[in-house]
Amino acid sequence: MRFTRRTALRGVLGGGAVSVALPFLDCFLNDNGTAIAATGAQLPVRFGTWFWGCGLTPGRWIPNKTGTGYDMPTELKPLEAFRDRLTICSGFKANTDGKGAVPHYTGSMSILTGSAPKGQGLVDFPTFDTTIADTIGTATRFRSLELTATGNPRDSNSLRSSAVINAAEPSPAAFYARLFGADFKDPNAANFTPDPKVMVRKSALSAIKEQRDALLAEVGTTDRARLDQYFTSIRQLEQQLEIQLEKPAPLEACSVPSQPAVTKTGTQIDDAIANHKLLAELLAHALACNQTKVFNMVFADAGSSLRKAGSTVTHHQLTHEEPIDEKTGCQPEATFFVERIVEALQTMLVTLDGVKEGDGTLLDHSLVFAHSECSFAKIHSLETIPMLIAGRAGGKIKTGIHIAGNGDPVTRVGLTVQQAMGVPMNEWGAGSMQTSKSISELMV
Amino acid sequence: MRVYRALGGVWLRLACCGLVILSLAGCGDSGPASSGAPTTVRRLTQEQYATIVADIFGSDITIKGRFDPDVREEGLLAIGTSHVSITPASLEQYDSLARSIAAQVVDEKHRDLLVGCRPASKAAPDDVCARQFLSEVGRQLYRRPLTDSEIATQVKVADDATRAIGDFYYGLETSLAILLESPRFLFREEIAESDPDNSGGFRLNAYSRASRLSFFLWNTAPDDALLAAAENGDLDSERGRARQVDRMLASPRLKAGVRAFFTDMLGFDTLGGLAKDPQIYPKFTATLAGEAQEQTLRTITDHLVTRKGDYRDLFTTRRTFLSPLLASIYQVPIQARKGWEAHEYPDGDPHTGIVTEVSFLALHSHPGRSSSTLRGKAVREILLCQAVPTPPANVNFSIVQDTKNTNYRTARDRLTAHRTQPTCAGCHKIIDPIGLSLENFDGLGALRQQENGAPIDDSGQLDAMQFSGAVGLGKTLHDSPAATACLVNRIYGYASGHLPAKGEVEWIKYLQDRFAADGYRVPDLMRRIAISDAFYKITIPPNSPTQANSGAGKAPSMERKS
Repeated sequence: MRFTRRTALRGVLGGGAVSVALPFLDCFLNDNGTAIAATGAQLPVRFGTWFWGCGLTPGRWIPNKTGTGYDMPTELKPLEAFRDRLTICSGFKANTDGKGAVPHYTGSMSILTGSAPKGQGLVDFPTFDTTIADTIGTATRFRSLELTATGNPRDSNSLRSSAVINAAEPSPAAFYARLFGADFKDPNAANFTPDPKVMVRKSALSAIKEQRDALLAEVGTTDRARLDQYFTSIRQLEQQLEIQLEKPAPLEACSVPSQPAVTKTGTQIDDAIANHKLLAELLAHALACNQTKVFNMVFADAGSSLRKAGSTVTHHQLTHEEPIDEKTGCQPEATFFVERIVEALQTMLVTLDGVKEGDGTLLDHSLVFAHSECSFAKIHSLETIPMLIAGRAGGKIKTGIHIAGNGDPVTRVGLTVQQAMGVPMNEWGAGSMQTSKSISELMV
Repeated sequence: MRVYRALGGVWLRLACCGLVILSLAGCGDSGPASSGAPTTVRRLTQEQYATIVADIFGSDITIKGRFDPDVREEGLLAIGTSHVSITPASLEQYDSLARSIAAQVVDEKHRDLLVGCRPASKAAPDDVCARQFLSEVGRQLYRRPLTDSEIATQVKVADDATRAIGDFYYGLETSLAILLESPRFLFREEIAESDPDNSGGFRLNAYSRASRLSFFLWNTAPDDALLAAAENGDLDSERGRARQVDRMLASPRLKAGVRAFFTDMLGFDTLGGLAKDPQIYPKFTATLAGEAQEQTLRTITDHLVTRKGDYRDLFTTRRTFLSPLLASIYQVPIQARKGWEAHEYPDGDPHTGIVTEVSFLALHSHPGRSSSTLRGKAVREILLCQAVPTPPANVNFSIVQDTKNTNYRTARDRLTAHRTQPTCAGCHKIIDPIGLSLENFDGLGALRQQENGAPIDDSGQLDAMQFSGAVGLGKTLHDSPAATACLVNRIYGYASGHLPAKGEVEWIKYLQDRFAADGYRVPDLMRRIAISDAFYKITIPPNSPTQANSGAGKAPSMERKS
């Protein structure tokens, strides 16, 4: 028998609703190779942030040429292979609007919330990854996944408010257990039977949900918001269970990785590199298996604590203390860490690009927004903080371009990214950083 | 926040009778009037959660999982717990913890002991047994009796699950898991009621009072006797509260409460993540960090609770406890080959008080060297409740960091050179001289006489007081009014979960005064707070209809930002 899309479809319909045993073949794709023919759904577009602390070196990361076909600058050389899928945003500025700059915090939070924070830990708005997650991530098992390579769960830049911080997972072993443990339903499994215990758990949660109104009425405004967040979390847990009860659509690119060993986590550079690689690989599987569409990775914490084994100083200390070598224009010891950071970003992109999916790769169907928290860490500069956009976002953004911001607010980049990810908004940011000017060169 | 710091920095000794005239309050033991503060909703800490589960179900129930990190505010995680929430990722953790605990409670090994009744049939619902178990456990978890409708809901959850799976114990497990992830358990929600002794005023209701009391003294939920006292009105009066408080202060569990407070105040949550360079400090391991914390907590509880000692003597005491590992750092011969041994340093030994222990010295150092600046800052911020500004953005630290420069061989030389920069001088001159007196201890806390071959000058200064070495610093802290005032502020913030409101200032000054009069006995201070009316007083409940037009009410949102 000739295997066509039609016979495959017939197989699905004829074989009953919950017991599908078909390999995922390219015949599920439409002629452009972008859609799952059986359901007509587009391959999902994913969004991720990738953060590192302590910036890059002025004069060593900004291309001379703007627009497409830019020259790859010294410090970004490891990303050369991705040039046609890498946009570099330089020259954008974070304005503090008189709020005073908190070293290693104001820059990242201005980029992510559209407004300078009032102080350490005090943001006025959520970070925009949560806005994107609420737009594209509501139908997956996890709305977003937060990760850190430097060992501390506090190192997360994903905040819904000052009090609601999505803590980061530092351990690949624990991350594996969360993703592919008992609650994982393999989309490509031959058989699917809804677990009656999951049904029981889901319906039991209504006993908690029905406490909401009474509880919220008993507390003040601030506490009400905190408790309401708890109930939002309950609804998301309920949704996770709901997803486990449905036969997942088969996914060509999805495969279950092997379980990683327990690793040593921490700020030592070799540990960070090793853990980041493991986390990135697990993440790629999670994305390919449609467990989430949004991730946030911290490679080096704000004010990078990365250090070499046997050395007393951190990357952060070096950026302040080390003299600048006149010949190369950089701080040689600090630059060692900059090089490792950019290589780690390369690892992330290579990993995503290694997953073939439809007409391209996972990276083609993703938008990875990589950024730091300052430009020149020595003086905590908020001008021209490095921001990079990697991936094609499933064709929703133009890429391979060097955009020179010429002192425009960083919010122009955040607005553009959110619009590309389908967030309905015309303007974004607060105070002098409020903007309705997305970057037209990038918009499709 | 400013009020808090003002109290910490300035210690006012006020005679009680002076206050009578000023505040028209009674000159009895209860002190000046307090406005109280708004109610709080605090998230259980990981330790509280684990203790409660062990209290109810026994310590052989395994609790595996990680909670979201707590947030430190105004020097205390306890205040941070009033402002944090539960994210989806964090709820996943609570959910899997709850299910794992519930499964263990009803497994074949535990069910007969822990469930307390047997169903008529293992395969069918049994409302009587389910009701009995869930209402009893629910009362302990919710820290108040469940309402009839709450019990009915929990029994229905159990029944539905039993029917769906055909297993009574799975039904119980499902319903217990729901109790364990309910907001009524995970958040310590406080409820206010009208205060009959103070017309128009409010206080915590009896069960909220029991919780505040219990978490304060024992760091866990109220036990059966305390819940019973709440139920029959014993906690309505100071006399009734005194009976419960004295019972609790006499219990060995008081030590757990005191340990929890000092773990928070001294910032030991960060000891777990402390990193030292293995090439410079090969003896530093996570085990050592854990033992260093234990040493200090043993020293504190032995001195304050067992010996009923003066708080100030914690800065001068020569008594401590050592493990073989710690003894090797301090270079002290001990008998014990494992476990802990009481030890007393001889007169004149530089090891005097908790500031000379590894838990302080290593925690407030760099990974590869000591830091007079970090130690001085810690003394000011942690022990004296004083704020130290963050350094300016653009600073050249080259001299301080270069430990190889032969012109600046000791930390004192390097810091002196650094302090000549005028932007740095303002702060460093109030921090470094404190820490320089501890320079005879390296970045791990081991004694040394020289640094890079140069002798160490251990003279120090705290405000107007000049002294030398750890002995001098200990004596200065012992005599510092700011240190004892700070302890009172911290313990009140820890117990109440909020910063003192304006209307509480006089009462806290009074507590500071009584603390001195009572010989700086911490359990006495805890007793005074725990039995007082002021501790349970509420400015205005959040759901009060009068809140909108009342100027007296202080919105919780303002509290945080003040």
